[in-house]
Amino acid sequence: MDFLSSHLLSVILFFPVFAAILILFLPKGEDKLVRWTALIASLVPFVLTVVLWLNFDASASSVFQFEESYIWYAAINSNFHLGVDGISLSMVLLTTLLTPLAILASFSIKEKVKAYMMLFLFLEMGMLGVFMSMDLLIFFVFWEIGLVPMYFLINQWGSSNRNYASLKFMIYTVGGSLGLLLAIQLLGVSFGTYDIGELISHFNYSAVLHNIPLNMDINAVKAISFWAFVVAFAIKVPVWPFHTWLPDAHTEAPTAGSMILAGVLLKLGAYGFIRLVLPLYPAESAHFAGWLAFLAVMAIVFGAFGAYGQTDFKRLVAYSSVNHMGFVLLGIAAAAKAIGTANAHIAMNGAILQMFNHGLSAAGMFFLVGVIYERTHTRDLREFGGLFPLVPVYGGILIFTSMASLGLPGLNGFVSEFLVVRGAWGELAGYTAAAMLGLLFTGAYILKGVKNVLHGPMNEEWAHGEHKLTDINTREIVVMVPLMALMLSLGIWPGWLLTVINNAVTALF
Amino acid sequence: MATENLIWLLPLPPLLAFFIIVLFTNKSKKTSHIVGVGAAALSWAGAMTVFFRALADDHFVAFTSKIEWIPLGEEWLEIGVRIDPLSAAVLFFVGITVFMIFLYSVGYHNYGQPKGDHDTFGLPPHGATTKDEHGHSHTVPSVEPMYSRFFAFIGLFAAGMYTLVISDNLLTLFVGWEIMGLCSYLLIGFWFAKKSARDAGIKAFMTTRIGDVFMLLGLAFLYTTTGSLSYEVIFSEETLHALASVNVGFLGLSAAGAIGLLLFIGAVGKSAQWPLHVWLPDAMEGPTPVSAMIHAATMVSAGVYMTIRIFPLFSAGWDGHGLTTAMSVIAFIGAFTAIFAATIAIAQNDVKGVLAYSTISQLGFMMAAIGIGAYVAAAFHLVTHAFFKALLFLGSGSVIHGMEHGVLHTGDHSVDPQDMRNMGGLRKKMPITFWTFLIGGFALSGFPIVTAGFWSKDEIFADAFAHGHMAVFITLAVAAFLTAFYTMRQISMTFLGKPRTPEAEHAHETNWTMTTPLVVLSIFAVGYGWVGIPEHFPVLGGLLPNWFHDFVGHTLEHPPAAVEFSWIPLITSLAVALGGLGLGWLVYRNFKAGAVDPMKKVLGPVHTLLANKYYFDEAYDFLFVKPAIWISEVFTNKMDQGVIDGILHSFGKVALAVGTFLRTKIDAPIINEFVGDGSAEVVQIFGRWLRKAQTGRIQQYMLSALGVLFIIFIALYYLVLA
Repeated sequence: MDFLSSHLLSVILFFPVFAAILILFLPKGEDKLVRWTALIASLVPFVLTVVLWLNFDASASSVFQFEESYIWYAAINSNFHLGVDGISLSMVLLTTLLTPLAILASFSIKEKVKAYMMLFLFLEMGMLGVFMSMDLLIFFVFWEIGLVPMYFLINQWGSSNRNYASLKFMIYTVGGSLGLLLAIQLLGVSFGTYDIGELISHFNYSAVLHNIPLNMDINAVKAISFWAFVVAFAIKVPVWPFHTWLPDAHTEAPTAGSMILAGVLLKLGAYGFIRLVLPLYPAESAHFAGWLAFLAVMAIVFGAFGAYGQTDFKRLVAYSSVNHMGFVLLGIAAAAKAIGTANAHIAMNGAILQMFNHGLSAAGMFFLVGVIYERTHTRDLREFGGLFPLVPVYGGILIFTSMASLGLPGLNGFVSEFLVVRGAWGELAGYTAAAMLGLLFTGAYILKGVKNVLHGPMNEEWAHGEHKLTDINTREIVVMVPLMALMLSLGIWPGWLLTVINNAVTALF
Repeated sequence: MATENLIWLLPLPPLLAFFIIVLFTNKSKKTSHIVGVGAAALSWAGAMTVFFRALADDHFVAFTSKIEWIPLGEEWLEIGVRIDPLSAAVLFFVGITVFMIFLYSVGYHNYGQPKGDHDTFGLPPHGATTKDEHGHSHTVPSVEPMYSRFFAFIGLFAAGMYTLVISDNLLTLFVGWEIMGLCSYLLIGFWFAKKSARDAGIKAFMTTRIGDVFMLLGLAFLYTTTGSLSYEVIFSEETLHALASVNVGFLGLSAAGAIGLLLFIGAVGKSAQWPLHVWLPDAMEGPTPVSAMIHAATMVSAGVYMTIRIFPLFSAGWDGHGLTTAMSVIAFIGAFTAIFAATIAIAQNDVKGVLAYSTISQLGFMMAAIGIGAYVAAAFHLVTHAFFKALLFLGSGSVIHGMEHGVLHTGDHSVDPQDMRNMGGLRKKMPITFWTFLIGGFALSGFPIVTAGFWSKDEIFADAFAHGHMAVFITLAVAAFLTAFYTMRQISMTFLGKPRTPEAEHAHETNWTMTTPLVVLSIFAVGYGWVGIPEHFPVLGGLLPNWFHDFVGHTLEHPPAAVEFSWIPLITSLAVALGGLGLGWLVYRNFKAGAVDPMKKVLGPVHTLLANKYYFDEAYDFLFVKPAIWISEVFTNKMDQGVIDGILHSFGKVALAVGTFLRTKIDAPIINEFVGDGSAEVVQIFGRWLRKAQTGRIQQYMLSALGVLFIIFIALYYLVLA
């Protein structure tokens, strides 16, 4: 147990890889065995994360806990340095929670099961690594690792337009990563360290600088790296107008892929802003906060309009991600504008909680789209309608999840949106007011989705014979129950999560 | 149990009922309604206990209790419960009306009747065929197929209202507020297979949401400025003073006024005030108990309750004479809505439609009252209206039910059981419904002395007159006249005269679960007025203490003084009520089947305008809905897939062009053909030429070797020795 408690983070991080290797050696053709192995293996990091959560001391003076550091690339002074604070801990929890659910959701995958499950586990490691890294270089390594499995998941198991979508996703994200790599190198060489904590503390003392490449001015280094970071993270979030890869990728990805893509991968971009951009560039961030808020509002408003304008159920949900992530950005922009104030703390709490909440509701929504798609093989909203009498349980779950997504008070989304609006009002009143148009339209597209799927006269096409729609099955309900329980618990009692987030936020911002 | 703990528990029974029905008992209609009605009864009992404990306390201020909810920075956001005189009074009527509506729903949804022949989920029951002992088959009403679901939804609805009332802060009030928004959507669109119901549900949700987003901004504004949303803090003297002294630089509003107006826009949506009134008439699409729930017990009352609650805020800085900007706006919206909706009500033929517009109009009375600072009068009218309007709606539901019975009997489904023109003479067929409806109608009209509506409306008139708000006074007086007129029109067309259709001929009284609530509510529609008789009222004043004024007035830090008695508002009030009722009776008592509405002859094209509700739906559709859909479906998709993706694809195209250029112009001709293939060719040519030397004859090789040696020697001689 000693080993486990002192290496908890690395065990959580690498367990999925061991599981993937184990799956590689499982006998051929045993799909059932592969699925169950993957599911059980993915539960291990989740259980360990719960242990981590329980042992995490939210009120401790040291923000980062469970730190581990190993010599990794001594020549350039890069260490394999892991650690979590309240912000990354909540993201780790989200990741290890959503992965088993996504794997359970993938039990209906019939082709190349082994490869599929292995890719998923690799993906989990990539995402966890980003959240746990305290060293820029390994941050980048994990950032890229997360990309590759997702590309294959879309490309191999996606729907009709998957080649276009996966290529767009890959090239777009790699385009952002290029700048990210360059910026990381530039900083690492200039400051002689890749450690995020050290970088932040040294950042404003140019005395410690060794050797800036190309005899550049220190301010040029900062400016270049600032923009490189911003662009890379903005693509990942995605910030409007870099968002068009998202509807394509989400729509074409297999159900579980969309769950993870929306649930966790988008959070990587926002996490980058919170972990790197704001702490490293407080002055620049404050200076450009208004622009970020503008883009956030564009995402909120046009994400909502875009969602309303779709006829493909999955695309509608995909656009809702643009809309919801806009609130994360608005919160970040407000926090950037007024670092150190109560408004900033409230806005940042709201933004991080919104990340978690969107993870739950987006994963849930994509899964529910998948449930209906698997049965009808269409996502066209015009072909649905009147399904409620046929699938009452599914209908109830869909309405519940939609309401969480809509931000109905009493469920999770409201708390975070309220905090963002509250925090942003004091700093960016005009943008906050403009964002309300998007909030209004959130209602419109959610109700459109519910109406076009469930409501209406009983749908005869799916009511009889071989086309008869079956209600959501037990396995699928098991996927939804944890999500719904969390949505409700965070709506009624958000304190359990916010305590952890709030302590990190007040200490860091 | 400690009162504070009891207050926390009030929303719980209906909330639990929602979850229990949804998760466990949805297959059993009986268990579901026992759970639902039982929960409403429990909350009612709790509410009464709290109310009477508050009453028993001579120096009652408030029961409060709070907890830490979320940590924010260094502080905690606290939430809690608070019952002060205002919320106690609201709790009283909410408890009773909600319980009565639940009970009524059992009969309304035909519990105990057989399953319908062709009933499906999402449509109202169509009736079932049964055979009696003589072998005759009859069509009888059938039970609602989604019976259990209905009780789950109204359970959640009630939980939302209780949450709103017991809140000690605007945030949890907003939570209850929005939960009701969801429930109104679900219940208005309850029969979701009907397009009209589906659209009405969405319309209700979206229209009220317009108000809600403004309210959310108001909450953020208030919270940012004062650091709290709790009534205790935001309504304290210092906070109000501070808020009143900040100018926001917009219409001369103070921060208090601006926040007050933002919150008020929320109430405009929720309480269906002009210009956001359009959803409420369509809300008739829901089952009638839902209409009663929305129009009386919960939703629209919530908007007025909140406006009364935030009175200290928008009246901050008020000297008691000239109104603040925010107050003027509220008074204007209220008074305008009161008369605007009353005119529309005159031209409606749907029995529930008339009531819907009368609700909008009466809510306007309340808003106007609170706008001119008549705090107690507004609260009083809120309570009495809740009783008599719940009564009227349940009564109209009973009428429709009776008419549906007639429709099933005759089998002619083309007859609309809600259209008053098809009714008439129901007085004899449905006596309990008639008498209770009459009481409700008279209360709505402000029939003097005996009805509660008279006392509350009179108080609004008295207050407006005493403080010199003549514009409001006159507008409301005209609206009150119209109210009495259309109410009497409704009573005459529905109950008086002779049945105008065979369906009305065969209508009959509904069962006890429906009539009991009518009787109970009519007791309050009469009796509740007596708790608020002004002290100096001629003859009657002083016989009973003006309890309502004393009790609710103490919600404010400085309880308002009772206004002095004046004959002018009283006479006005008597004249408009009796005049309206009398005129309505004269015009409509002999309304004949198939006759043109007498008012149509008088008003001509204006009547068409009124019947079409001033074409607000059409205008909004053209101005807002269509453009929004265009922005969504055309503009946004063009922007994303045309412009943004176009730019992205152009990157791709440029890259492809560069690649193609490199391939076709550099790689292929120069590197491949010239350098690559070229060098190979050179070698080949050279090889081919050299092959000639490979003859295989040893003499030739020796000769070549000698020749080479000779050259080497010469080279050595010159390079080394020389």
